[in-house]
Parts: sequence; C-alpha cells; structure tokens
Amino acid sequence: MNGALLIAVGGLTAVGLYLVTGRSLSRIVLGYSLLGHATVVALIAAGGPAGRPPIAGQAEPEAMANPLPQALTLTAIVISFGLTLFLLALARRQRTITGDDLVEDDLEDRRIAGPDSLPGEQEDQAAT
Amino acid sequence: MTELISIAIVAPLVAAACSLALRSRPFLRDLAVLAGLGSAALASHIMLVAVARDGTHTVAVGGWAPELGIVLVADLFAALILPVALTIIFVVEIFAIGQRRTVWAANPQLSGPLLCVLTSGVSLAFLTGDLFTLFVAFELILVSSYVLLTHQGNRDQVRSGMTYVVMNLLASTLFLLGVAFVYSATNTVNMALLAERIPQLDTGVRLGIGAWFLVVFGTKAAVFPLFSWLPDSYPTAPTTITAVFAGLLTKVGIYSMIRFHNLTAMDDLGPLMLMVAATTMVVGVLGALAQSDVKRILSFHVISQIGYMLMGLSLFTVAGVAGSILFLIHHMPVKAVLFLVGGLIENHEGSSSLDRSGGLAGRQPLVAVMFAVPALSLAGIPPFSGFVAKLAVISAAIDRGGTIVVVVAALVAGGLTLLSMSKIWNEVFWGRPTEGPRPSPAPARGQRTMHTATAIAVAGTLMVALFAGTLLDLSTEAAESLRNPATYIEAVRP
Repeated sequence: MNGALLIAVGGLTAVGLYLVTGRSLSRIVLGYSLLGHATVVALIAAGGPAGRPPIAGQAEPEAMANPLPQALTLTAIVISFGLTLFLLALARRQRTITGDDLVEDDLEDRRIAGPDSLPGEQEDQAAT
Repeated sequence: MTELISIAIVAPLVAAACSLALRSRPFLRDLAVLAGLGSAALASHIMLVAVARDGTHTVAVGGWAPELGIVLVADLFAALILPVALTIIFVVEIFAIGQRRTVWAANPQLSGPLLCVLTSGVSLAFLTGDLFTLFVAFELILVSSYVLLTHQGNRDQVRSGMTYVVMNLLASTLFLLGVAFVYSATNTVNMALLAERIPQLDTGVRLGIGAWFLVVFGTKAAVFPLFSWLPDSYPTAPTTITAVFAGLLTKVGIYSMIRFHNLTAMDDLGPLMLMVAATTMVVGVLGALAQSDVKRILSFHVISQIGYMLMGLSLFTVAGVAGSILFLIHHMPVKAVLFLVGGLIENHEGSSSLDRSGGLAGRQPLVAVMFAVPALSLAGIPPFSGFVAKLAVISAAIDRGGTIVVVVAALVAGGLTLLSMSKIWNEVFWGRPTEGPRPSPAPARGQRTMHTATAIAVAGTLMVALFAGTLLDLSTEAAESLRNPATYIEAVRP
C-alpha cells in the first residue's frame, strides 16, 4: 500500500468534511468535490501497485495495473461531476430566491421548538 | 427468466426516453410511463412465481466471469420485495394522473420520466449481485429523487432539498470509500465472493467494514441518529413523490442492510444494532407526536417503523430476518397509501395541516375509510397486516432472549403510533369543519382516478394481511438462504 496516497486520502477527506459542514452552499460544493477526489484516490489505492496500461497486447498481464478499480473510478468521477453541477444549480436557485446561498433551518421545527429554545436566532438574523 | 430480469430494469428506462420525446402530447406521454412501469411490475410478479418454483436465477451481464463483470441475482428475497415495490410505483402513477389538474400536482413533463428512472434504479438495487452496482443503483435513485424533490423550485423545496441533497451526497461518498475499503481487503466487490471472503478477515477489519456500511445504509434508511434529513424534506414534495419516497427509498437502505450484513455474517454487530433499532422506534414516534401536519406526522412514522425492520435484522436469527422481510412487505404499501390519503386530504381541505381541517368524515366517508384501514395497520391492530408483521418481529425477539428492552420499546412505539394516528383522525376526520375559503378540488374525473388508485392500494394492504401465512413462509425461506449463503454463492458461481 502506498503511504503517500493514504495521506492524500486522509487530507482530502478531512478538508472536505470540514467544508461540507458549513452553511454556505458554495463551501459545500467545494467540500463535496474534495471528498469526491478522496474516494477516487482511495479506489485507485485499493487497486494495488501501479503498472503498465491494462490494454491487451501492449504489455504482459503480470505487468499491467489492475483495470477494475479504474473502471469503478471512471463511473464515480462521472457521477460526482454531474452532482456537483446539480448542487451549483441548486445554489443559484437559492440565491435568486433568498439573495444568499446559506442552508436555512426548518421553519416547522422552529415553530414546534418554540421561541424560547432558540437562543442563537437573534444573532443569526443580525448577522444576515 | 433472463428476459424478466432485463425487463424490470430496462423497460422503465425506455419508457423514460419515450415520455420525454412525447412530452408535448399528454395522453401518449402518460401512456408511455404507465406502459413502462406496468411491464416492469408484471415482469416482477412473473419473476416471483418463477423463483419460488425454480430457485435463484443469475444473469452475468455481458457474459463476464462473476469476479470481473456485473451479475444480477434474482433470489427469493429480491423476488419477494420487487413486485411490491414496482406495483406501488405503478398505482402511485395512476394517482398522479388524477392529480394533474390540482395545484398540488407535480410537473408531469418531468415527474413521469424521472419516476421511470427511479423505478429502474429500484429494480437494479434489488437485483444486483455486486456492491459497486448497488452504489450505481443508489445514485440512479438519488439523482432522480433530487430533481423530483426540487423541480418546482419554490422556497420550501429548495431549502429542504439542500439538506436532503447534501446529506445523501455525503452518504454516497462514504459508500464509495467503503467500496474502496472492501476492495482492498478482499479484492472483489461481488456479493457472493464477499460472502466467502469477509468472514475470513481479521475481526477488526471485518467489524470495521460492517460498522461502516451500517452508517452508509443507516443514513439512507434514516435510522437514529442519522434521520434528521427525512422529516425535513419529505413533506415539501408533491404527494405522489412523497408516497414513492416514503414507500420505497428508506426501504432500499434497509433491504441492502439485510442483504449485506447477513451475507457477510456481521452477527457481532447485533447488540449495537438492537440499541439503534430501539432508539429509532421511540424517537421516531415521539417526533410524530409533536407534529401538527399530516405529512410531517407520517414522515416521522417512516423513521419509527424503520426501527422494527432493523430490530428483526439485528437479531440475526432466521425468524428475526423473516420478520424483517415480512415487515418490509407490509410497510411499503401501507406507508404509500397513507401519503396518498394525505394527498386526498390536501385536495379536499386545501391543506394537510391539522389546524386547518376538520369534519372530513362527514363529507368524504370513503376517504375516512381509506385512511382508517392503513392507519390501524400501521399501529399494528389485528386483523391488519401490521399486526402480523409486528407479531413476527416481536416473537422472534422473545424467542432469541435477552432483548427485553427492545421488545418493550417496540410495544411502547406501537401504542404511541396508535395515539398519533387517532390525533390525525380527531383533527381531520372528526371535529368542526373549518371556516374560510377552500381552493376548488380536482374535477370529478380526476377525483375518481385518485380515489380509485387509493382504493386499489388499500385493497393491496388487505391482501398482504390475507396472504400473511404464505408470505411468512416465503420470507422464512428467503431468510434461511440469507443466513446460510451457500445456496447464494452456488447460484452465482456454478
């Protein structure tokens, strides 16, 4: 197992998770892309050592890299690309409706929780 | 048999393409969607008969060996759940056609094709025999659900859609990382090979993989403490969409958990999962009691009921897993019907809020009956299907022993479910009719279609109760082959 790849997976995941937990959708989009990269690197690392391109006739089968994780990776890249675009579209829609791209609280939850239980609410509104 | 498996997955995709091409011709467009969903549902019913008679059937896509290519496996478990799921989607689409002329309808140009893509994903998720294709099936379901949830683009939908999308994207990322871990530990993603290789791994690695996928599937299934996205997002979508989501999506998560954790013999995780199940049941139903909107109450019940299915699974006995499977079969139609009735309430009362409706039983007795039957079933009152399913799960727990806390939690949650169902009944169907303007309900023809679709679905839930004996026998047989994966492995690698 390649140590540098593992450190890369760890680092990308940590930064990605930190960004995804934010309130602003543009940060979440960035975080999600980093998480996507982390999974791609993890899949490649799971495939074993690097080798020759896995194309029939170009190298001996023993010298080739494992082609299966590469196929999985391609699928994963396409999916995460499409979903990043969808997230961006959602962020844009949110911006046209509310003027910012922050993830809002559930209004019904707030209503049931009652006004007393939300100490942070005034500060939130003052900040926005 | 190979054809049946292909039809269940491909026919809805073809229908999606056709109905997109025909989007300016409403009649042909709806016909294409119904034909696609109907043929998939029909194929799944024939598949159940064939599998019950001849045993597991496998298709190696493209003729590749199971180590390299994709295999589709129609075993009894998949063949039992698939017809229920596909029939529900078909009936909901009929309801949607009736609902088209009301303000609560989804945009048919988009929702028809997307529902077809979602159906194809559901078929693929049930039939797939490898972990990575399961991921692709989840993505197929989720991507169409993201658009279905947000396509009307109003403020509420975008707000709740964001929580839903971000939460599920995170779960998908964890799923993919899990696939990488599994691959590096075992060199395969094929479920049959995993069933051979994972039990031989070190205890630490094995339990790590099990716990990781517990989190992944648990997020999809909305178990405690990973459920908060569900009651937030489901109520904002159009009724028909919510009915499909509530009936199917969380159940795909539970289905994957039942398959993965049994095939790979994760019995050591049982005690942890039992505690999660008990908390899910109680927290879900307490959440429901605090709500004052029909759709939100029902959304919290989705969570609470997931607890029962998890409870049966976490016993890791044949009887427990069989109980879970029977609960799945009971729960999917009941939950979908309740949301359809929620749509009817919206149609007649102008809102699904408890404060703004009342006295509906006098004006629409049929709607009242169609609510009462699945509501009593959900609470587990005999002779309805919920009673049989709960009895199977709880008696399996008592038989195994050492599960008194979970059994008590299940009984308490059952009682509280009845309480919150009677709350809906009191506020919406009894009580004083509310003053104020009501929006004009759907035209008579649309209303007839909606009522007929709901009535068919109610009849379906009664059929589950009627054939509970047969279904329990089949569930037990399916559970036996899950608990003892030798037959599954042999079917995939002859």
